[in-house]
Amino acid sequence: MTRISCPFCGPRDHAEFSYGGDGSITYPALEAPMQDWHDAVFLRENICGWQVETWQHLHGCRMWLKVERDTMTHEIRSVAPAHPGLAAALESGL
Amino acid sequence: MTRFSAWNVFWQGMSGQRGWSRQWRDPESKPHYDAVIVGGGLHGLATAYYLAKTYGLRNAAVLEKGWIGGGNAGRNTTIVRSNYARPGNRQFYEHSLKLWEELSHELNYNVMFSQRSHIALLHSPGAIDAAARNYNTLRRTGTPDAEIWGLEQLKQVVPHLNYAAGARFPVMGAAVQKRAGTARHDAVVWGYARAADQLGVDILQNCAVTGVERDGGRITALETTRGRITAGKVGFAVAGNTSRLWSMAGLGRLPIESHKLQAFVSEPLKPLLDQVMVFGMGGAHFYISQSDKGGMVFGGDLDWYTSYAQRGNLPIVQDVAEAAMSVMPCLGRVKLLRHWAGVVDMSMDGSHFICRTPLDNLYLNTGWNYGGFKATPAAGWWFADLIANGRPAPIIADFDLKRFERGLQIDERGAGPDPKLHG
Repeated sequence: MTRISCPFCGPRDHAEFSYGGDGSITYPALEAPMQDWHDAVFLRENICGWQVETWQHLHGCRMWLKVERDTMTHEIRSVAPAHPGLAAALESGL
Repeated sequence: MTRFSAWNVFWQGMSGQRGWSRQWRDPESKPHYDAVIVGGGLHGLATAYYLAKTYGLRNAAVLEKGWIGGGNAGRNTTIVRSNYARPGNRQFYEHSLKLWEELSHELNYNVMFSQRSHIALLHSPGAIDAAARNYNTLRRTGTPDAEIWGLEQLKQVVPHLNYAAGARFPVMGAAVQKRAGTARHDAVVWGYARAADQLGVDILQNCAVTGVERDGGRITALETTRGRITAGKVGFAVAGNTSRLWSMAGLGRLPIESHKLQAFVSEPLKPLLDQVMVFGMGGAHFYISQSDKGGMVFGGDLDWYTSYAQRGNLPIVQDVAEAAMSVMPCLGRVKLLRHWAGVVDMSMDGSHFICRTPLDNLYLNTGWNYGGFKATPAAGWWFADLIANGRPAPIIADFDLKRFERGLQIDERGAGPDPKLHG
């Protein structure tokens, strides 16, 4: 069973989490050209191998996480809070 | 190659079954083909067959990285139906069903197509209204066999569902397509392979594409594990791995994600379910039929996260078992025989792509989501038409990669641009 190490709750079964999708996507500004929005919403790298993605610890702390996962082996390399401020705070040990 | 006939079967039966010949050749690869289809699945083989049969393109090859019938062709639940309501899908799947009805004769191969009805359970007045609206649309546009059944009629036909007052999901009726059913997936593979081979198509197994050579806007050759092959036209039909091949051709991103879908088969039982039965309520999803060998063949949702691994996970096993027990409690003591996962390319609106690409001589067949099996004959038919003529016929004109830019989503579920929701 795949386990995800939630930085807030510890290692938990992946069934506690909800998959968010490709975490490498940055949505453009609201007034950006339509093509930019089309690309962000509809197009995917769809990587076979290491991919950054978002998961929500739905049945736990309900925090959104950035997870580095291999899409072929399902191995997980790193887990961090999706919110950059929280990630920085955890990093600095505050 | 021996042609199948009643006399032939009888004679072989009398003479020890020793006179059968190979069903298709195992040829060496030629250095050049006029058309190369990458992907020896159902769609690839069907495409090659119609290319040769309808358009006379005999110097063609199908490249398969493993063995034919070993990928998604052997990993589905064999359901065939045409009860799609959105414009485009409706015409396409009805055409496919009409081709299924003649397929065994067409291929001289018994694909065991069994039109045993497809019964979708309905659990609320709203669901009945929505189904009635869709099925009325079908009846008025060329799919005459779509019916809405009340509870009494359903009880008579399928008596052993959970009709109890305390059922978790009380059944109120059903949406039924009577010409829908199942086919033997292996037989469809073998039938198309044999028929295409007979028309001169080379089926090259253990032939993985490792590189794509380009000359500007054209593909010139494919590097494969069985040597370099130059090609006039190239078709990609590699469900689950389209993005990998697409990036090999230097083409960037696609509106698809690879997800895995699990399926299950039980130990053989005596006749229990004579239809395809489908249950979907809230987040629960379950479909089941009984194979001619007696095994209960069933499945549920995707695994929810992108994956290229052809193996499943346990939460889905539990999910599917719970759904099974809530609608067919009599399955509770039945042993599971096997379970497996296939990798499907889920698109952004739940519908497929049969289209031209940014490269002049490259054509794309992808994004079949859950539903590639039932589409097989029409997908092969129209993909061959596209490759032969270099332009999309009206029936597939909207199934192109640019439809999202035009503001068009052929979204049967109304789930929006989130591939995991289009199960």
